Amino acid sequence: MTFRAAGAILRKDLALELRTRQSVPAMVLFSVTVFVLFHFGLDRDRLTGDLASGVLWVTVLLAAVLGVNRLFAAEREGGALDGVLLAPIDRTAIYVAKATALFLYLTALELVAIPAFAILLLGPSLWPAFPELLAIIPLANLGVATVGALVAGIAAEARARDLVTPLMLLPLLVPVLTAAANATKPLLEQDAHAVDLGKWVGFMGLFDIVFLLLSVAVFDFLLED
Amino acid sequence: MLYGKGLRALSIATAVVLTTAAVLIFFYAPLDADQGVIQKIFYVHVPLAIVSLIGFITGGVWGIKQLRSGRAEDDMRSYVAIHLSLIFATGALITGSIWAKASWGHWWTWDEPVLVSFLIVFLLYCCYQPLRFSIEDPERQARYASVFAIAAGAFVPINFMAVRLATAHIHPRVLSKTGGSMPGEMRLTFLVALVGVALIWLTMWKLELSSKNASIKLKRLRRRLEADAADRPREPEPALTP
Repeated sequence: MTFRAAGAILRKDLALELRTRQSVPAMVLFSVTVFVLFHFGLDRDRLTGDLASGVLWVTVLLAAVLGVNRLFAAEREGGALDGVLLAPIDRTAIYVAKATALFLYLTALELVAIPAFAILLLGPSLWPAFPELLAIIPLANLGVATVGALVAGIAAEARARDLVTPLMLLPLLVPVLTAAANATKPLLEQDAHAVDLGKWVGFMGLFDIVFLLLSVAVFDFLLED
Repeated sequence: MLYGKGLRALSIATAVVLTTAAVLIFFYAPLDADQGVIQKIFYVHVPLAIVSLIGFITGGVWGIKQLRSGRAEDDMRSYVAIHLSLIFATGALITGSIWAKASWGHWWTWDEPVLVSFLIVFLLYCCYQPLRFSIEDPERQARYASVFAIAAGAFVPINFMAVRLATAHIHPRVLSKTGGSMPGEMRLTFLVALVGVALIWLTMWKLELSSKNASIKLKRLRRRLEADAADRPREPEPALTP
């Protein structure tokens, strides 16, 4: 039941995103702009190693803020949240749908932003790092999505929503940034060497599970009446 | 609910323990061999940091209680705990910075997991009040603030773990299993200072709760007084008949 409801909300969100094209294109455009900013700010043409992975992940997290800010926008603008809340479904369904939507937005963002990063700023080739990135990226996205949907829910009622969201979201995502950036760092070195991937992948998995369970437990108290 | 109960005894105990701690710090604890007198700031810095972290987590625990019971008092307890811990955390960051400058030569050092994690936690809790006060409906405010308090409380240990994984530590581990490398006198002084800071946190927490409670009661009484005054007719209104 919960999952069917979540599926319906998710389908609605994706259909809306496909037709209006609001969040994902804005996130992509924002990331490319930030890459350009980093080029001028750091005055570097090519980045490698820790600098490259840091720039990449910081940009992705900043772009995620845009997505989180818009996560409940359609419901709010259309006054549709009341309708969803009136439906005899679990609040968890809304959370699951929103987190999944955010996860998909982030994946779509990275499909464009990472190649763009490789073309614009990255020194070494991205291909050797590809298999490891396939493990790191989904876990990092899951972390951002679980925390992001929770934060969007908490900030939904606040008047200064767009101010509170980044202030709350970014500190909460520091562990994800630490893990993702540290795991990606050796992959983007000029001469890629052995990677201590297990530690960071394990940590991200733990973070994702903890925040997923926590959010499912507390989300029922948000968005009431 | 009597918030002021036991406050006098608690304040006296706090004053006694804090005075004892001060005496121990300056006259009993040995001078650190290579840091000298500046090391004494440790007896303020570490207790402040520990107490504020425990206070943040306490705020989360009261948040859980509030969500379960829906009572405004539990929310007030959670709010005051976080609010006070934020002040204590500011103190811990400032004293830590002074100590870092004196012993490592920098106001801030990044290769220092405890300090860095503490800063992240501090930044996160800094947005508790902006969030809280941008929600108008009091009942909803309590619920959202509690959810934040719980999520942030769970974040504290995870964050410490992440930062510790990422850095090689140079920070003295104070309460490690081996007891750190403190001589007995320092250890005793530290523990007394820790109890003192914890007590002052508790005293201030109770004090603020009772003062908030008193002002809520006063407001309620005043409103009733005004309502009474409004109810009492000064002169009979002319009856309107259609």
